[in-house]
Amino acid sequence: MSVHISRDVDDALDNLASRKDATVLAGGTDLLVEINFGRLRPAHIVAIDRVDELKDFSRNGHVRMGALVTYTRMLENDAGSVALQEAARPIGSPQIRNAATIGGNLGTASPAGDTLPVLAALEATVVLRSKKGERRVPFADFITGPKKSVRRPDELIVAAEWDDAGPAQTFMKVGTRNAMVIAVAGLALVVDRRRRRVGVGLGSCGPTIIRATEAERFAAGLLEEAGWDRTHRPSEAAAKEFGRLAAGAAKPIDDVRGTAAYRRHVLAVMGARALARVAAIP
Amino acid sequence: MSTAAPRVRIRGGVGESVERPDSAPKVKGEFQYGSDLRREGMLYGATVRSPHPHARILGIDTATAKKMSGVKAVITSAELPTRALFGLMKPDQPVLASGKVRYVGEPVAIVAAETAEEARLAARAISVRYEALAPITDPVAALQPDALKLHQKGNVIEDVLVEHGDPDATADVVVEAEYELGMQDQAALGPEAGLAIPRQDGGVDLHIATQWLHEDLRQIAPCLGLPESKVHLVLAGVGGAFGAREDVTLQIHTCLLALATKRPVRMTYGREESFYGHVHRHPAKLWYSHGAKKDGELVFVRATIVLDGGAYASSSPAVVANAACFGAGPYRVPNARIHAVGAYTNNPPTGAMRGFGAVQSCFAYESQMDRLAAALNIDPVELRERNALRNGDPIITNQPVEGSAPVADVIRRCADVAMPPGEIPHDPIALPGGLGNLTHGEGVRRGVGYAAGMKNVCYSHGFDDFSTARVRLARDARGPIAHVHTAAAEVGQGIVTVCAQIARTELGIERVEVDRPDTTIGSSGSSSASRQTWMTGGAVLAACREVKAELLARAQKLGRSPDELGALLDEPIDRTVTHRHRDTEARDATTQNQGHVAFLFAAHRAVVDVDVDTGLVKVVQIATAQDVGKAINPVAVVGQIEGGIAQGLGLAVMEEVQLRDGLVRNASFMDYLLPTTLDMPPVVTELIEHPHPDGPYGAKGVGEPPTISSTPAIVAAIRAATGKELNRVPVRPDDIVFGTPYRSGWRIGPGDDPRRAVRA
Amino acid sequence: MRIKLTVNGEEREAEAADHESLLTVLRESLSLAGSKNACEQGECGSCSVLMDGDLVCACLVLGAAAAGRNVQTVESLSDGEQLHPVQRAFVEAGAVQCGFCTPGLIVATYALLKRNPEPSDQEVREALSGNICRCTGYGKILEAVDRASGAMYRR
Repeated sequence: MSVHISRDVDDALDNLASRKDATVLAGGTDLLVEINFGRLRPAHIVAIDRVDELKDFSRNGHVRMGALVTYTRMLENDAGSVALQEAARPIGSPQIRNAATIGGNLGTASPAGDTLPVLAALEATVVLRSKKGERRVPFADFITGPKKSVRRPDELIVAAEWDDAGPAQTFMKVGTRNAMVIAVAGLALVVDRRRRRVGVGLGSCGPTIIRATEAERFAAGLLEEAGWDRTHRPSEAAAKEFGRLAAGAAKPIDDVRGTAAYRRHVLAVMGARALARVAAIP
Repeated sequence: MSTAAPRVRIRGGVGESVERPDSAPKVKGEFQYGSDLRREGMLYGATVRSPHPHARILGIDTATAKKMSGVKAVITSAELPTRALFGLMKPDQPVLASGKVRYVGEPVAIVAAETAEEARLAARAISVRYEALAPITDPVAALQPDALKLHQKGNVIEDVLVEHGDPDATADVVVEAEYELGMQDQAALGPEAGLAIPRQDGGVDLHIATQWLHEDLRQIAPCLGLPESKVHLVLAGVGGAFGAREDVTLQIHTCLLALATKRPVRMTYGREESFYGHVHRHPAKLWYSHGAKKDGELVFVRATIVLDGGAYASSSPAVVANAACFGAGPYRVPNARIHAVGAYTNNPPTGAMRGFGAVQSCFAYESQMDRLAAALNIDPVELRERNALRNGDPIITNQPVEGSAPVADVIRRCADVAMPPGEIPHDPIALPGGLGNLTHGEGVRRGVGYAAGMKNVCYSHGFDDFSTARVRLARDARGPIAHVHTAAAEVGQGIVTVCAQIARTELGIERVEVDRPDTTIGSSGSSSASRQTWMTGGAVLAACREVKAELLARAQKLGRSPDELGALLDEPIDRTVTHRHRDTEARDATTQNQGHVAFLFAAHRAVVDVDVDTGLVKVVQIATAQDVGKAINPVAVVGQIEGGIAQGLGLAVMEEVQLRDGLVRNASFMDYLLPTTLDMPPVVTELIEHPHPDGPYGAKGVGEPPTISSTPAIVAAIRAATGKELNRVPVRPDDIVFGTPYRSGWRIGPGDDPRRAVRA
Repeated sequence: MRIKLTVNGEEREAEAADHESLLTVLRESLSLAGSKNACEQGECGSCSVLMDGDLVCACLVLGAAAAGRNVQTVESLSDGEQLHPVQRAFVEAGAVQCGFCTPGLIVATYALLKRNPEPSDQEVREALSGNICRCTGYGKILEAVDRASGAMYRR
């Protein structure tokens, strides 16, 4: 095993290109657990945590978040999305949030990655770069399975981008502890009033992050009726139906953190609450 | 013991909130825990463990491992110096498995190498061939006559019957239900660790984080094939214990590797291995029936309790006895039959954890008291007060509670604590789900629940329970100084402060040093059973009084005042005293005798907010009143109470070692959840000080009661908020949202012998 | 591999095996055992240190990748016998029992008060939610944070 510390993207890409078995180290909060528990001994590590150009953040109608933006920065400054900020708050602990990054969450591609349902709901784009150039992958195509993505070994995740969707959005997460807990289920709801679009992303309730498209269509219908540019209070029945459709998209399993039945149930609850909450935001 | 007032008012004495002598090194990061120990030329040990809950070992191939870089020793059962077994109460556990493995995680081989990584790699390179056998993981199934015998003598570790009055009495109102507790882990933050250093004379020194040095010594020496005189133990810094360090874990292995390599060897478990390496709290299944008159007076309690002892006995016999003896709680119960049995299974071994036995039955009997209150339409607090034990009343073992029994007082004072503000907060962080942003108040209901509990202090049932203390009063350039030496393990609870406080008060001097515990002095018994203040505090008190008597004699001889210490200490005064509590009786057939020394009582009131739609819980406040006899160090007493409640809260809503077919599914802090600052509410504590005539200054014990009744109080509050049955802990969100009660799958009449169970 | 880094204000050189975390490097190679190893996965906070000013779990930092970093551990806070006000507060409040979580909590509290000198109870709870204590139930720890804030900023 060898460790290379990169200072710029080109250097990192050179290293990734020359070593097919290289592992990228960003905040380290996932990778080090595997190493500490003796489950992983990477042959070659490229540490990118000091590559400053990956720490940029810009927002001007369009949001570009560099891969190395940490959750603490999202909380203390801007996350380019209210839901993303809400998702960042319960991730791990303050110590984890100081180190862990959006790019790391994408790279690990765990179905329990808390920012990922938000990126799904925002219809974000993942920007990947290699020595051969840059490619932009819609989030929906980025994750291919549990902890699997389309990222090639020679590619670096450099940023996530999305259209600023306005303030009508939220994220909720269920865990059996009030802090520092892996999600049993997570739900992100984004209502982009200007673009007349609804996004619903579900986490920890299937092999990958899930888009609840039927729920999205149902909510879009409601908003169409109520007026996209107006706040409203959905009826209890409508909120419930939205929750039911969101839960219906899930493909949960029983595991050590929760049962499939509970995940379905709680997604419906989260969905109903999220819709009521977000519909009231202008 | 009298409670004589000190002659001189000195600082840092009994009754004062005194800073711990070890707190400065601890806040500076200088305190040396077991895992911090190092020696020149030290090797690192590693353990090979069974992946099977039950299997025959067909062969072990160590050839590759032995040739690997840095490897200095590989030991399997074939290389052990003796065939001796070890065990806290029954020697039933092999040092390394031979022939058979009985649980996932059972040690099969050990390795020493130059680095931790080399030791780990070598352990991984040892290939063990197994023939998997069908495991028994249901303790009730293990007890049935047709079950495969996991140990030669069968699957019953211990069987305790308590019969009191007319066990078959009938009553106006009867409530009956079954309950279950999952497996809790002590989760001490400091992992198991020890450093063994071979000695010139062929013996070994072991620096070890443990709860009981002398019991370790008793078990270690025969397994090394050495006399006890050649094995010397020194207490290393202990990063929490809570029962998990009462058993031998890596002690023998570390010594064996040091003796084999003639080099110092350190072993430290990582967190995952720690889950496999130490015993856990016994999971329990309980079938209870309570009968009462219409006015609420209890008539009978009948119960059957099955405790899962796992693969080896550990402290199961005492756990089973406690569950039975305290199975009716702190109430006057004229008629009872409690049948408690501990079973061997192929689950991980279970043993001591804070409040053992008493924790399991308290969850059931307090749930029953609420059920009874509902059936009788009586306020739950009133029902408890009405039946509370008074001084002189017998518990169901027919032993009167004497000396100090403020049960009604404890219940009333707890209930009278001011309630938290009634309004449900709006900030999601203060609501169920916390940082998860789940609710701004939607679905949130508040509930209040009460529970009371009891337990013995010190060892029971004829065990020769004693503690030894040496007090040496001398004079140096700065004046008189006392050294206190005992083998009592400081595990965080604060016995080191208590010993110093007693010496200060008794000797009237402020300079007191407490020496490092080791086996050069007699045993102090274990830091468990809430007993060290009573026992080692008592021993220090007695030794100080002997020192004082000598001072007085010298003063008389020289015609001086006994306060003129300087003039009287040309020769130091050195006294060693062994202190015993009054005798207790061994158990008889129906457990009707004076089996215990004294009893501790506490009550808890929980206020919780429950999001009934998501099934998540936020505990808002815990109020408690606890009978401590006398608070020797009030800040430490409150610290023990708050910490004990946190463990009770964990058992109530989140902590469970999840098993499937004997396999631990969550051996990490990522999935074995412990309460955080956002889970633990403010605690309001009322200390009740009814001195016990036999304890030092009237002190009883503090450590365990907070963990006993806090759990049922929290569950009662969740029931109040949700209306769900909730007969199993930890309460999972599923239990709240779906409300499906736990069912054991066995038909057992409360009080019946569980060895004749029928599948439901 | 050999790495150079700044630890507690001093340039240090240390041996960091490839798979070793910064925590292992601190404890084994640099003999700074104050940072504790309790969970190895960032779930307990016992190994909290400041790295370039940020509170992190040393167990989740790859040692070899910490070359050139500025690391501050619990050992840096006291000056001989003179305790830092945060340390003093933990001692006085009775916030120390077994003490295994204490160094991590001291560093986390130090980091919190630097950022937020007079935090509310809820802010303290959130800031310390990554530090597990198994002994105290946190009551005395919260009291210690309040005492430290008072001693450092409210005079």
